[in-house]
Amino acid sequence: MANKIRVATTSLAGCFGCHMSFLDLDERLLQLAELVEFDRSPITDIEHCTNCDIGLIEGGVCNSENVHTLREFRKNCKILVAVGACAINGGLPAMRNFIPLEECLSEAYLDGIGVENPQIPSDIELPLLLDKVRPIHEVVKIDYYLPGCPPSADVFWKFLTDLLEGREPELDYGLVHYD
Amino acid sequence: MSKTITIDGKTIPFEDGQTIMQAATAADVYIPHLCHHPDYTPHGSCKLCTVKVNGRNCSACTFPAAEGQDVLNNIKELTDDRQKITQMLFVEGNHFCPSCEKTGNCQLQAVAYHLNMLDDHFPLFYPHRNVDASHPDLMIDHNRCIFCTLCVRASREHDDKDVFALSGRGINKHLIVNSISGLLKDTDMDMHDHAAHICPTGAILIKRTGYQVPIGERIYDHQEIDAVSLATEQQHGE
Repeated sequence: MANKIRVATTSLAGCFGCHMSFLDLDERLLQLAELVEFDRSPITDIEHCTNCDIGLIEGGVCNSENVHTLREFRKNCKILVAVGACAINGGLPAMRNFIPLEECLSEAYLDGIGVENPQIPSDIELPLLLDKVRPIHEVVKIDYYLPGCPPSADVFWKFLTDLLEGREPELDYGLVHYD
Repeated sequence: MSKTITIDGKTIPFEDGQTIMQAATAADVYIPHLCHHPDYTPHGSCKLCTVKVNGRNCSACTFPAAEGQDVLNNIKELTDDRQKITQMLFVEGNHFCPSCEKTGNCQLQAVAYHLNMLDDHFPLFYPHRNVDASHPDLMIDHNRCIFCTLCVRASREHDDKDVFALSGRGINKHLIVNSISGLLKDTDMDMHDHAAHICPTGAILIKRTGYQVPIGERIYDHQEIDAVSLATEQQHGE
């Protein structure tokens, strides 16, 4: 098929649980592969996305690299989707928002139990942490939201098939869970 | 002839002294609400039950039914308003459903599901709020309090105590408890009090009970709050 729908996916401050749930589509992935091809995604290892139809973003924004990635997706995807609790409201990573960043780093790298050779990682390759974890709709415009921790495979299926078949995506009661 | 109002064109009988909410509930019409409970004096604060009465927005839980009222309830404009109100409740607190033991049994979450709320829309506040786990059987997680005052009213009107109150205004509003230390353990609160079981969110929890029913098998996992609310609240009331 010449004109497959191009889909990019990424996980920002997420746990890849939403991606795992996406893979729970199981044999439906074969049906999906008839209609879509994956651009930038952990599934393909393509590093940057170009001219995509749909971008699926898992996770909130916790560091400078997340911001760059999110903006790249927004620039290159016609439809950008917040996938899962963390993308929508920051989720569990945002629970660090109540603790000063310096204290978080000290606990993890200096004072924590069992820490050897204590030092705050400062390699120039490491992205700088933001003072707070933020949901992605605070950084770029988001077109659709798939709630859940994670959203079930059925949520991905309903959303993508609605879009692919030209319908406005709708999630009925049984598909909307925040947990 | 009994007196009637109409809600979304349907004729609803009422008795003198009933609110629109009471008449609606008795007639099997669900009006979304969080701060209303049929056993307690209405408070009219959450505004989710906003309906249009003869063209004006009113809180159904406090507004008296009167002959000939034309009430609009289940219309897009009000559903949109209610969704925005619910989104504001979410962003003003810290509602992390995956880490809350009330998930699936939470009325705030259930109302959001009912309104098909898929996102928070607004920027999140991430307010700093405390947890009071001092009481041997109960805990208060202030992160999840929506200031509905149901615990305040239940403690005063049913338990014959005066454990809770709201303090502060606007964004500084917070739930306080009636003890010099400010801790729940130093009040006369008991886990069998109505006030311990009335919280619509996960702000007041009974310790050691949170996961007796697994996630996925909880009240609102398979039933919408309109049906649950009507079924339970029709057994209460006057």
